[in-house]
Amino acid sequence: MKKITNLKEFACTPDRFQGGHRLCPGCAHGMIVREVVNATDDDLVISTATGCLEVCSAIYPYTSWDVSWLHIGFENAAAGISGAEAMYKALSRKNRSYNPDKNVKFVAFGGDGGTYDIGFQSLSGATERGHDFLYVCLDNEGYMNTGGQRSSSTPVGAHTTTSPRGRVSYGEKNRKKDLTMIMAAHGCPYVATAVPGTKHWKDLATKAAKAISTVGPTFINALSPCTTEWKFKPEDTTEIADLAVETCMFPLYEIEDGHKLTITYRPKQKIPVEEYLGRQGRFAHLFKPENKWVIEEIQKQIDEYWEYLQRREEAGV
Amino acid sequence: MAERYELKSKEVWDGNTAASHALRQAQVDVVAAYPITPSTPIVQNYAQFLADGYVDGEFVMVESEHSAMSACVGAAAAGGRVATATSSQGYALMVEVLYQASGMRLPIVMTVVNRALASPLNIHGDHGDLYLGRDAGWIHLIANNPQEAYDMTLCAFKIAEDERVRLPVTTNQDGFLVSHTAQVVEPLQDEVAYKFIGDYKPMNPMLDTKNPQTYGAQTEEEWHFEFKASQHKALMESSKVIDEVFAEFEKVSGRKYNRVESYKIEDADVAIVVMGSAYETAMVAVERAREEGIKAGLVMPRSFRPFPYNEIAEKLRNVKAIAALDRSCPMGAMGALYNEVSGALSANGQSAIMTNYIFGLGGRDTTVEHILEVIKETDKNAKAGKRVTDLQGFINLRGPKLSFN
Ligand SMILES: Cc1ncc(C[n+]2csc(CCOP(=O)(O)OP(=O)(O)O)c2C)c(N)n1
Ligand code: SF4
Repeated sequence: MKKITNLKEFACTPDRFQGGHRLCPGCAHGMIVREVVNATDDDLVISTATGCLEVCSAIYPYTSWDVSWLHIGFENAAAGISGAEAMYKALSRKNRSYNPDKNVKFVAFGGDGGTYDIGFQSLSGATERGHDFLYVCLDNEGYMNTGGQRSSSTPVGAHTTTSPRGRVSYGEKNRKKDLTMIMAAHGCPYVATAVPGTKHWKDLATKAAKAISTVGPTFINALSPCTTEWKFKPEDTTEIADLAVETCMFPLYEIEDGHKLTITYRPKQKIPVEEYLGRQGRFAHLFKPENKWVIEEIQKQIDEYWEYLQRREEAGV
Repeated sequence: MAERYELKSKEVWDGNTAASHALRQAQVDVVAAYPITPSTPIVQNYAQFLADGYVDGEFVMVESEHSAMSACVGAAAAGGRVATATSSQGYALMVEVLYQASGMRLPIVMTVVNRALASPLNIHGDHGDLYLGRDAGWIHLIANNPQEAYDMTLCAFKIAEDERVRLPVTTNQDGFLVSHTAQVVEPLQDEVAYKFIGDYKPMNPMLDTKNPQTYGAQTEEEWHFEFKASQHKALMESSKVIDEVFAEFEKVSGRKYNRVESYKIEDADVAIVVMGSAYETAMVAVERAREEGIKAGLVMPRSFRPFPYNEIAEKLRNVKAIAALDRSCPMGAMGALYNEVSGALSANGQSAIMTNYIFGLGGRDTTVEHILEVIKETDKNAKAGKRVTDLQGFINLRGPKLSFN
């Protein structure tokens, strides 16, 4: 496992995900990807589901990927990487490995659409089969590449193009699917949540290093603030990510062996969720008097969930 | 290292067993599969070969056919020999990924045990699935019996992996009629079969991490067309490689295959064009027609993709009337085989009176008598010098006669 020490040293790791890609200014996808690929010195084979990251990073004849990279479709990043990993095992056993002196690690990236929804079956299957890979969900809480539609990760109250606010609607009505816990319930040896940025960079990098060096299927759900569809200024990305953590809207924790939960960051003082919601255009309508109850409801859900996480950690089960 | 499997010079195998032995002898590195009738035994046999140590590749038992083909794509891009098998709904679920596999020029081999597509649900053989994958950029080879299922699968690896081709290949066999019908098969010994196929030749493997590869990039207007055209070129020009592989296969096995097979076509006035196990039924019908004084002949494209336009036209140069038999209901048009054959004729400035017959859907019996009847109707057209029968007819369909003109 790569030792993650200080930011300066970490930032000097040679980039294996190069700049010049076409992600929007301020997009968190690129920050997360760079942190993950730099969290190991092993060679990497990466698959990526259809979505913003894929369409922005490999437009022929250009590619941002300085590692082997595969995109098949929207719903099969996990199935594709499981095939590559199986081939690695087969060729290593048959002594036909291409680079016998090097360890090769397998990582898949998918948006929340490609992970929570359409790609969930193949992710669940690949995880159950025990392939040795890390799956990273770039959770921007909607289908952004196709213009900001809802996904099963979209939080209550958010305006999206398919759960729009309107005269009689406050936006998304269903609760965000708890995918991290569902992945833990697969019995994965390692599952974690993470956010990009400078405050929690070490948390993300350490989790990625841990996940990549763990044998078996591992999963990181990384909140990926989307400046374009969440509607905030490009320079505010990391601040928004930090607010998600400080409000406990997106708590940072890890689960080992499917059950052992550890909260990896505890806000000194939990900030009210308005602070987070108020910074993003997608929640602006919630501040109208008739929608105030939605914010209260969100706060209630956050409080309950935070309580649950803490109790579970204490119980050590 | 895998155990050697002791084979007799003659084995009694059904089509599934035959295909699974071909996968075993190819020493495939990764098989990723999901079971579906009637192709399931291929997957089961492979699992048993693995359990008994006769193969030492990875067997990925995925949660769906979509993932089966996706894992095949990942495995093939990683850089080794890959195979799978499916039928019908499983094939339908793979369709998205079939295009991705061929677009990335990955030499995956898949046995398709042809079966009807729902709805209504039916587990028996027809070519609904074969035609579904028609434009997916795969080579399609046709096997009419267990021996051919075995032979075509061995050839498929060699064709797919040839560096001039690098395209995925399906070997098609009729559900139950071939897949579950046991016949005497003369296999090659393991060493001979493996030597014929040869070691896997990697091209741009992802696992060569010193030389990172990007697979499945996005192309916009300025490149997409060129990619598709070059893929089409590779598929069209694979004909030459198929011929070479068939010639080499004849040397090791004594069995000769052609991209267009025919029977008594040289002096025929009327011809039946058909693919799959009905070809052998039609052979008997041709004999019977000749006993009755009708000069009948028979033609089959063994490679449905690339379609052998010139070779088919050449075979049909002297016939007066042709019936193209499709084992799939085209829904609102003539059958695919009818269209290809008529295209082949017109491209070569030939003309013959053409009719289309739909047969055998969902495993419906098609007998020698049925095909003899078609030959007789086709002969009426030949004798009249113009079409006097219906344009499209249905063989052995219950109820009032259905035809379209
Ligand atoms: C089978 C299929 N259905 C739909 C699409 C269209 N599509 C492409 S990307 C996308 C949304 C991606 O959303 P997400 O996975 O959340 O990633 P993001 O773009 O937000 O990073 C959709 C709907 C597709 N490519 N394939
Ligand atoms: S739309 Fe959002 S997720 Fe997509 S590239 Fe732009 S900022 Fe990133």
